[in-house]
Amino acid sequence: MAGGKQRIYKQRVASTTSLQKVFRAQELIAASRIGTARTQMYATEPFSKAIKAAVAAVAMHGHVKHPLTTPRTDTNRVAVLVAAADRGMAGSYSANIIRDANTLVEQLTEEGHDVQLYVAGRRAVTYYQYRGRALAGQWIYGSDSPTLDVANEIADTLLAAFEAPADQGGVAEIHVVWTEFVNMVSQTPRVRRILPLEIVDAVSATESVDPLYDFEPSAEEVLDALLPRYIRSRLYYFLREAAASELASRQRSMRTATDNAEDLIRKYTRLANQARQGDITQELTEIVSGADALASGH
Amino acid sequence: MAELSVDLVSTDRKVWSGSARSISAPSVEGQIGVMAGHTPILAVMAPGTVTITDPSGRPFEARVTGGFVSVDDNLVTIVADEIENIG
Repeated sequence: MAGGKQRIYKQRVASTTSLQKVFRAQELIAASRIGTARTQMYATEPFSKAIKAAVAAVAMHGHVKHPLTTPRTDTNRVAVLVAAADRGMAGSYSANIIRDANTLVEQLTEEGHDVQLYVAGRRAVTYYQYRGRALAGQWIYGSDSPTLDVANEIADTLLAAFEAPADQGGVAEIHVVWTEFVNMVSQTPRVRRILPLEIVDAVSATESVDPLYDFEPSAEEVLDALLPRYIRSRLYYFLREAAASELASRQRSMRTATDNAEDLIRKYTRLANQARQGDITQELTEIVSGADALASGH
Repeated sequence: MAELSVDLVSTDRKVWSGSARSISAPSVEGQIGVMAGHTPILAVMAPGTVTITDPSGRPFEARVTGGFVSVDDNLVTIVADEIENIG
């Protein structure tokens, strides 16, 4: 009997409409948070700039060797920190990060390194757990609004791994995979080695070379205090940047999803209307032919 | 007289910025005071109070939990881990 097709199309329209509401809500939430995320990202810049300049100054004037700047040769273990999202609904955001992380891991493995994975963000954690990959560290931390505490905890874990002796799981290098926030429409996954530090941009940072630089208490101790802060501030910045990227990515993909849902709703509404019209035409034909049959019977 | 250009920053924001007559900060080896023309210095800070005196002589104080101070060519940067603003 007629009505079957109509019912199916109407169900589709109803379910797509409720999905569309979810997409739109997610888009609006992301849109409202992204402003804050960007402000917070830029707010960390004065601090990292100041630290960078100070590290450069010590490197220029102090002539000191520090463990954090010296490559380690006693172990082939390296650490990779992957910063992805806790939740989906952000298009290919986490997938892109994981893909780049995998490329990096493969490359490092080919170079003969033993890669230790540190993973932040539930999407990446479950990805690796599902594949039975052992994780050296994992954090599910509210990836769209990272706190300083979490960033410090991650930084301290990585620093501890870098400073640990080789036989206690020490690592020789630390790489970070995160998403750079270029602007609202463009976010790019990036890979950077944060340890050991390379102080190469030191020379350009301070233009006047002053031999009379005082360090209190001493160049070594100043560097001791500076470098962990530098790593912490870098990581905090990376997480903040990743958060802004995640939100931008979510906003964009949820907008696309909303638009697609709109198209689907229109398509199914038309199909349902067509089916209804078809049913009506068929019923009319049946009635008319029935009447004809009755009339010709007399 | 020359003035210092001071930036007081904490991990997640810039707290104070402007010119100042002098600053005083708690280094690990004791309180240090900086006025214009100071030799370049990079000092680790202990927990304590940073005082920035602006050109009109009004002090701005902030309690810090640690960090460092850098002075280079009358450009002072005070980097604090945490700042409790006490005005």
